[in-house]
Amino acid sequence: MREITFGAAVNEAMAEEMRLDESIIILGEDVAEAGTPFKVLSGLVEEFGTERVIDTPISEPGFTGIAVGAAMTGLRPIVDLMFGDFLFLIMDQLCNQAAKTHYMSGGKLSVPMVLRTNMGATRRSAAQHSQSLQALVAHIPGLKVAMPSSAYEAKGLMKTAIRDNNPVVIFEDKLMYNDKAEVPEEEYLINFGEANILRPGTDITLIATSSMVQQAEMAANTLADQNISAEVIDPRTISPLDETTLINSVKKTSHAIVIDEGHQNYGITAEIAARISEKAFYYLDAPVQRLGAMDVPVPFSPVLEDLTVPTAQQIHERVVMVLEGKI
Amino acid sequence: MSNNKDNKNSYLQMFRQMVRIRAFEEQANQLYLSAKMPGLTHMYVGQEAVAVGICEALTPNDKITSTHRGHGHCVAKGADFKQMFCELLGKQEGYCRGKGGSMHIADQANGNLGANAIVGGSAGIATGAALTAKRMGKKEVSVCFFGDGALGQGLLYETMNMAALWKLPVIYACENNLYGEYTKVEEMAAGDLMARAKGFGIESFEVDGQDVLAVNNLTQELVERARKGDGPFFILLNTYRYHGHHVGDINREYYRSKEEEQLWREERDPITNFSQLLVDKKISTSEELKSIELQIEKDAEEAVNYALNAAWPDASEVNMHVFASN
Ligand SMILES: Cc1ncc(C[n+]2csc(CCOP(=O)(O)OP(=O)(O)O)c2C)c(N)n1
Ligand SMILES: [Mg+2]
Repeated sequence: MREITFGAAVNEAMAEEMRLDESIIILGEDVAEAGTPFKVLSGLVEEFGTERVIDTPISEPGFTGIAVGAAMTGLRPIVDLMFGDFLFLIMDQLCNQAAKTHYMSGGKLSVPMVLRTNMGATRRSAAQHSQSLQALVAHIPGLKVAMPSSAYEAKGLMKTAIRDNNPVVIFEDKLMYNDKAEVPEEEYLINFGEANILRPGTDITLIATSSMVQQAEMAANTLADQNISAEVIDPRTISPLDETTLINSVKKTSHAIVIDEGHQNYGITAEIAARISEKAFYYLDAPVQRLGAMDVPVPFSPVLEDLTVPTAQQIHERVVMVLEGKI
Repeated sequence: MSNNKDNKNSYLQMFRQMVRIRAFEEQANQLYLSAKMPGLTHMYVGQEAVAVGICEALTPNDKITSTHRGHGHCVAKGADFKQMFCELLGKQEGYCRGKGGSMHIADQANGNLGANAIVGGSAGIATGAALTAKRMGKKEVSVCFFGDGALGQGLLYETMNMAALWKLPVIYACENNLYGEYTKVEEMAAGDLMARAKGFGIESFEVDGQDVLAVNNLTQELVERARKGDGPFFILLNTYRYHGHHVGDINREYYRSKEEEQLWREERDPITNFSQLLVDKKISTSEELKSIELQIEKDAEEAVNYALNAAWPDASEVNMHVFASN
């Protein structure tokens, strides 16, 4: 099968949907000629024109709000938020307006919009350009949250997001844009709320999101050398969350570690670990473990920054501790 | 009016500070190109007269807030090369112990409250510093540096409104370098840039940001007035960045022409033009200026070598400074 990059997969998903549906527009900073700083949208303005691929001023709350209103009245906007860290600027429009409109209107109004943004540290970009803020939006009822872990997921989840009648936030790992994966030429969608078992195993369940999926797989490889069989699961969307797949796996392996690049305190790892404790407690042979980003602002210095993000080695070590009963 | 000797000193000081910024940036760019600097950085080259003209009108107690393109403001406010390069390289001896890097460099002792990686993100901070000055009866002013791109941010207008209502000693310094990233200012800002602050009743001025004397004279006057309670003020400084948006922005022709870049570099360079003026007015000689430049370039090179060999922060630093101690 052909291989394309994560960035190209996102681009392809958007282009395909835009060809099918005239009501889709893109709004964001430097999305047109520049194709975004990560060059993910290159070529779209040439095909769809500046009426549909719209460069905005540096006015995040403003253009997000405009997208909400446009979505309520017939367009299907894709908002491009250059860095996930800028979520803090748009929280009112996203969480008070977009997320609640359908409910508050008794189901009469809806907000079919996609907010694509990014996450991930270790690019040496310091505290305001490195955060992984998925927990912040996953906390809000009314928002769906997708976290693609490869080019394949990036395309399938983006297409589903665009067709969804709700506000969907997609977090892309900015270090992954050039990573290639097999992506079929034929059209496909990935349903929200369907986890992917990347690697079946029997001894322990590793539940990992986005950037952490690769780390979990690497750990699973080195663990296999020690005859430890780890099952690696990627939830793909954290809201909705495919609880059934996760719980069934833990019932089988009796051990679980949850890994996500957001801060560990009150994070995605906490939520998933709590659900496992609620639904599979009597099957567990050890406490569920969590690995998230250290609870500090992301430091600039490489020697410090590298300490803040979970790694394959840390996962490996934690698995061994869990299985040896050292937790 | 100061006498001739004072004038000579202050002119040479402005020349020196502009050259220091350029030398700093030249080294920073080389660090990036030789892959010795972590991450990306935004060059201030071309805009030196703005930072220097303004900061030379301030005292160390006056506060500034800066931007992602912040090395120039930092140098102009009195920072030391070694500690700056250490910060850019993420070393322990950096101004922020390596935790902030280029986009968050701050120099508390000299009144620099910090660069900022959020466009427009420091409008509140500068205005808040002015509130402190007023409330505590200090005669200090604060200057909020921001780019034309920040005119898109609502926060700026909220804070300007309050600064005007409360007569705060803050100067909003908008550096219009014609682009925000890869987009022209006229595609991002509707209407008259000068009319914005005026709408709040804030006295507004436009000045050639390549002319360090013009910037300095205007700022001196406004700072003096702001200290007396006549603030806030808005200044629009017309300027240009020679490099790309950041050091990695090499192919720029899809958003601006080589001819335009050449015009600014060759005809409007703040350092070349000021040197010419100093020589023409017999304030200095080209030999004297040249020797100043060479000395500064040497200082910058030494500081870089120092920083390259300086120690990394200890791993224990990672958990430090999340909270201030009580
Ligand atoms: C709130 C916010 N939005 C977007 C960005 C990404 N960004 C960084 S610099 C920049 C352009 C800023 O333009 P301007 O204010 O004119 O400053 P200049 O780079 O020209 O000095 C953008 C869009 C950001 N850092 N913060
Ligand atoms: Mg600009």
